[in-house]
Amino acid sequence: MDLSTEYLGLKLNNPLVPSASPLGRNLDTAKQLEDNGASALVMYSLFEEEIRLEEQELERLMSGQSLGIGEADSYLPVQDSYLSIIDLYLEQLAALKNTLDIPVIASLNGVSNGGWVEYAGDIESAGANALELNIYYVPVDINESGEAVESRYVNILKSVREQVKIPITCKINSQFSSLGHFIKRLEDAGANGVSIFNRFYQPSINIESLEVQPTLHLSKPEEMLLRMHWIAILRGNTGLSLAATGGVHDATAVIKLLLAGADITHMCSALLMQGPKLIKTVLEDVASWMEENEYDSVSQLKGSVSRGTAMNPEAYGRLNYLEVMRSMPG
Amino acid sequence: MPAMVTMDGNEAAARIAYKTNEVIAIYPITPASPMGELSESWSTQAQPNLWGTVPEVIELQSEAGAAGTIHGALQSGALSTTFTASQGLLLMIPNMYKIAGELSPMVLHVAARSLATQGLSIFGDHSDVMSVRGTGFAMLASNSVQEAMDLALIAQSATLASRIPFLHFFDGFRTSHELNKVEVLEDSVIRSMIDDELVIAHRNRALTPDKPVIRGTSQNPDVYFQGRETVNPLYTDLPQLVEDKMNELAQLCGRQYHLFDYAGSAQATRIIILMGSGAETVSETVDHLVARNEEVGVVLVRLYRPFSVEHLIQTLPETVSRIAVLDRSKEPGAGGEPLYKDVLAGIAEYISAGGKRFSTMPRVVGGRYGLGSKEFTPGMVRAVFDNLAQGEPRNHFTIGIHDDLSHTSLEWDSSAQNDAMQGAKQYVFYGLGSDGTVSANKNTLKILGERDGQYAQGYFVYDSKKAGAVTVSHLRVNTRPIQSTYLVADNEAQFVGCHQTVFIERYPMLDKAASGAVFLLNTASSTEDVWHTLPRSMQQQLIDKGMRFFVIDAYDVASQSGMGKRINTIMQTCFFAISGVLPPEIAIAQIKQEVEKAYGRKGRKLVQMNFKAIDTTIANLYEVSIPNVVSSESEIRPAVPSMAPEFVQLVTAEMIAERGDKLPVSLLPNDGTYPTGTAAWEKRGIASEIPVWDAELCIACGKCPFVCPHTAIRSKVFPADLLVNAPATFKHMPLKGGEAENLRISYQVAPEDCTGCNLCVDVCPARDKSDASRFALELRPLEPLREQEAENWDFFLQLPESNRLDIRWSRMPEAMLAQPLFEFSSACLGCGETPYIRLATQLFGDRMVIANATGCSSIYGGNLPTTPYSKNTDGRGPAWSNSLFEDNAEFGLGFRMAYDQHAEYANVLLASMSSVLGEGAVSAIIDAKQTNEADIHEQRERIGAVKSTLSALNSEQARQLLSVIDYAAKKSVWIIGGDGWAYDIGFGGLDHVLATGRNVNFLVLDTEVYSNTGGQKSKATPRGAVAKFAAAGKAVGKKDLGMIAMAYEHVYVASVAFGAKDVHTLRAFREAESWDGPSLIIAYSPCIAHGVDLSHNLRQQKLAVNSGYWPLYRFDPRLPDKGKNPLQVDYREPSIKLDDYYKTEARFSILRRSHPDKATQYLDAEQQAVIARYHRLKQLEALPVEQAAKQTKPAAEKS
Repeated sequence: MDLSTEYLGLKLNNPLVPSASPLGRNLDTAKQLEDNGASALVMYSLFEEEIRLEEQELERLMSGQSLGIGEADSYLPVQDSYLSIIDLYLEQLAALKNTLDIPVIASLNGVSNGGWVEYAGDIESAGANALELNIYYVPVDINESGEAVESRYVNILKSVREQVKIPITCKINSQFSSLGHFIKRLEDAGANGVSIFNRFYQPSINIESLEVQPTLHLSKPEEMLLRMHWIAILRGNTGLSLAATGGVHDATAVIKLLLAGADITHMCSALLMQGPKLIKTVLEDVASWMEENEYDSVSQLKGSVSRGTAMNPEAYGRLNYLEVMRSMPG
Repeated sequence: MPAMVTMDGNEAAARIAYKTNEVIAIYPITPASPMGELSESWSTQAQPNLWGTVPEVIELQSEAGAAGTIHGALQSGALSTTFTASQGLLLMIPNMYKIAGELSPMVLHVAARSLATQGLSIFGDHSDVMSVRGTGFAMLASNSVQEAMDLALIAQSATLASRIPFLHFFDGFRTSHELNKVEVLEDSVIRSMIDDELVIAHRNRALTPDKPVIRGTSQNPDVYFQGRETVNPLYTDLPQLVEDKMNELAQLCGRQYHLFDYAGSAQATRIIILMGSGAETVSETVDHLVARNEEVGVVLVRLYRPFSVEHLIQTLPETVSRIAVLDRSKEPGAGGEPLYKDVLAGIAEYISAGGKRFSTMPRVVGGRYGLGSKEFTPGMVRAVFDNLAQGEPRNHFTIGIHDDLSHTSLEWDSSAQNDAMQGAKQYVFYGLGSDGTVSANKNTLKILGERDGQYAQGYFVYDSKKAGAVTVSHLRVNTRPIQSTYLVADNEAQFVGCHQTVFIERYPMLDKAASGAVFLLNTASSTEDVWHTLPRSMQQQLIDKGMRFFVIDAYDVASQSGMGKRINTIMQTCFFAISGVLPPEIAIAQIKQEVEKAYGRKGRKLVQMNFKAIDTTIANLYEVSIPNVVSSESEIRPAVPSMAPEFVQLVTAEMIAERGDKLPVSLLPNDGTYPTGTAAWEKRGIASEIPVWDAELCIACGKCPFVCPHTAIRSKVFPADLLVNAPATFKHMPLKGGEAENLRISYQVAPEDCTGCNLCVDVCPARDKSDASRFALELRPLEPLREQEAENWDFFLQLPESNRLDIRWSRMPEAMLAQPLFEFSSACLGCGETPYIRLATQLFGDRMVIANATGCSSIYGGNLPTTPYSKNTDGRGPAWSNSLFEDNAEFGLGFRMAYDQHAEYANVLLASMSSVLGEGAVSAIIDAKQTNEADIHEQRERIGAVKSTLSALNSEQARQLLSVIDYAAKKSVWIIGGDGWAYDIGFGGLDHVLATGRNVNFLVLDTEVYSNTGGQKSKATPRGAVAKFAAAGKAVGKKDLGMIAMAYEHVYVASVAFGAKDVHTLRAFREAESWDGPSLIIAYSPCIAHGVDLSHNLRQQKLAVNSGYWPLYRFDPRLPDKGKNPLQVDYREPSIKLDDYYKTEARFSILRRSHPDKATQYLDAEQQAVIARYHRLKQLEALPVEQAAKQTKPAAEKS
């Protein structure tokens, strides 16, 4: 059974790739992921805000300590060098590369086209096989047009593209007026792949303190369908590698996403809940499904039920909506 | 080729000390702390000494501890050193006698500083080193930064050769903190000067069980005396040995020193002899005078002990007839100061023994100069020479002050300048401590000093205010070495930079400007408008001196570049652009290089922001054309308002206005006693934003005055009919529950005293129901509100204070109506200490006496010119004093004992006069319980009545009773200080005073580091925190002071955090004070040394308590009598991880960047510890009452 696939020009043993999560922070866990069959690993994200915060902290430490009194011109000792978040990230990247045989995809996460994108070059030098550019932007300004929002993504991508030669995939959310067109813009701007979709983390209100508080819920299996739907639409309409991320909890999801056209499927929440061994189980289940259904290889089944290849492609359009409406009780 | 590096005297000395030692014991004290900090930092970085080992640097609990450790290390054969100053040196004296008596070679490096006498001074003079001249240490004086390095090595070399320990000293601040360009001694030179055979010999003398001997014996009258005389040959030989070492160094590096160096005319008749940095100014002035054919000279004393008369005589020109010996110290009651007497006795001895070098005995006079870093200028030097030229020169004179009391002072010409200034470029910069002016100037000096053939000097005058501190930087650049150890004088600066607009109305800074100088002002005003914002005198000076005037809106440039409020590189760029000191393009390239060096890969964004700021600066720098006529109506603001009391007008105001140097002796108190309540007169207006109160939203909870670190927001309740003359904008609202009496309540801000720290806004719980982001307090810009709110504040102040008898003290809103008697301190924005002190003054201020350990609280509490301690309308209020750092507990105990004695005597006299005063009145006073406000009030009434009777009596007994009867009313003794005092240097005393059982109240303001001296580690520093002297993180946990005190069982102990649980703090203070025995309150005090923005002060306290890091509890020895366990744990089981607290403070988080493994290890250990402590406390609290009661003894008997 040939489970191999190609993603961002990388030959992968199978289509199961753990996505950016804390799992990659520990070398032992990363090794377990590989041992259980992960075909590549997306590292945890290097966040723009973390870099900014660290810079501010450093600025305060280095030049904000003096009060102007004779007895003390500083309060905390300043060392000649510090391991920055970047240093730690690059160290971990190098360590993962040393430990693992599978490709390692680094992840940059931010929303502005500031200096942080320059770190892409360092990531490439440290040996990353590819780079996932995760742009999580919430357009709170209602005066900002959809075109401007898209351009923000495109510009960041272009900046990163200028820095590196390794493949870049953009991890984006689903909330664009014309997602396909937008993804085409990303392709034109130099992306090699697209990873869909970022999950929308909604904060909540604490009704005691009236504070708005961040909340984190792990993904649920039903979230996979949104990904499958858009993968199916995109397959055949773009030259980009397609990764599905969000709601992939079992082999069925993986199979559906592959059928829709995904080159790989990412897992995160399910791995956090069930541990690295889940990969092995899922891969075995996928293989036995393929065997049962007489598929020889992943490349054979990949995209075989996309919008361009499905028996009933109209279901990926408005028809699905109509049928769902009709099926509603009452 | 030796490197030329710009550094200060502390670094110069520390480099040699570190290279040539193995064990370094340290303790922080200004101005010597940086030597210890540098050593500890080099040790942490594993930098090796001359022998390839990394010196071990250890902090002790006091200088006495450091000296003991050094003594032990020396006795055990290690090369050992320490650094200190002032009181620290005094604490080392006993060990210094021992170290010298046992001929242990070492060099003690001292940044010489004044001693605390009528007042403490952190500044430089020789009072400290002169106090140890009898210890047997040799004493070697460095006069400059270069010498601090060179003579440190000569001392180290000589001590090994002679076995006599050396005290190597240089002037505190003037040399220890002056930046100057020095030639660094290379390792090969140091190597050549240190003879390893001598090192081995020292090691071979070590106490070791392998070759046992005994030292430190007790000696009887038969041999002690002879034993003291055994060392004489060593001391006799030492001067020549030191001279030889000086010659050796000269061979190696070309700089020749002698025991006494002479400079001046070979036929000089008038000579000044002195040591220390002042010698540089005298030398410079002598050059100037000799060039004008004056027969003058100067002898620079380098080796002061042993004092070699022979070498001195050989140094003096034969022609000398008049000698002035200048001492930078004072010995009250002596026939003269030490150096004067040594010189006089030496010459007299020489002549009386038949010495023929001089035709007649020179006339020798002595004078004092430069005490407490008083300026010593060329004009003063000339005045001393002029005095010598008088027929009858004045002896025992002073120079540098105006002594209209005992008329010791010489007059001088303050405009006198030396030739050395020709070709020199001099620059002065006025900045805020927090705006980075000093660091930018240090950087500028580096840039200028690194250029071949160019010398740069920098000296920085600091403020003693911690919030809104002003710094004045004095920079000089020249093509020859700069010896001018005095500030840039009036009319001498080619450039004056004003980095804060508000200073133009405070300081006459253009007095400094030379003719044709450049003035740079940071202002938001346009080039068209800025002229009108200047005071008249400033406009006049710009015109009269033909100056050029430039402006920049540096805050705007900073903001545009993403630099926030950091304007330092912007102002630095302006300086280089318009001062002409370097071609601007070269300067800018070098500024960028320095930025790159500082931030490098650690913060690429920071580098980019700085570069952007630098690049946009020039485009935003404008020259203002100066009109021909003065047009301004404004003048520099008076320092205090005209209604201030006479002393404040005459003395305090002059100090505030930076004219304190001109105050004559007669105006100053001779015993250090100053009036309280003076901070209220100093309207500093340092806040950019102040809180604005919304009466519609307020719920009158009292939290804002409770948390305010500067007592700048207050509440009062008053009848509505008092509002008749209220200003139109004065805000108030009905008092809930006070409707029947038509009572109103107001929360009013003192706009010119507020610092804008945001804590009141942060704590405000009163929210707009329709807009969750709006609260009853919001920060708004000061300027449009300043005048209006100042008027409202004045109105608020004249409203009556609440009657203390009406206040229900357990209720926060009511307790906060009590008048605070601690207001407008100079503490940092968001200070975590001051709210505790203010609270204590609200609760007990009218009966409070405070013994205050040296530290932050003694600086913001008692650093002239003003004090925040104040009086109520009855004239009562906290009486305050600072003794020392180490003895504060004992000092406070002394108060208690004296008060009790006075009260006892009052009772005796009352009893004996009962027939006159009435038995009822007498017994009512003697038997009064005084357990609450009403009792105390009644007691004061009773005392008042008796005093009236006594005043009418003309008897000795009545006079005696009048002098003590006020002590029959309760007095509350408070012993306040930081953790450096309570946990470390003063712990022995604190422990002993707790053990006495006497009624004193300890308030430990626990910032967990030595905050005042710059954040050095104390035993209160937690595991995992980075601090000075713990650059790699503290490995062991914080000492549990509370548990130690609880072990006595008669001590009331509370651990509080006002920002976490305010009512708990309030309750603990009241319980502590009411306990008729010792009380200890350990108060968590967030501090800038924690590496946290103190606008988050309250959040940090909550995180600390919620994580279990800071426990809240009360241990009340009265409870067992009520059948209750004495311990009450007042915090809940940790609800957040310790990491959630640790990661918010840089003191913890930077360890993750520097030592990630240790950071994790310490965090894990501390996490376990805080959970274990919670459960341990809960177990103690749960002990059966009977068992707990048995364990608790009653308070100790009063002696």
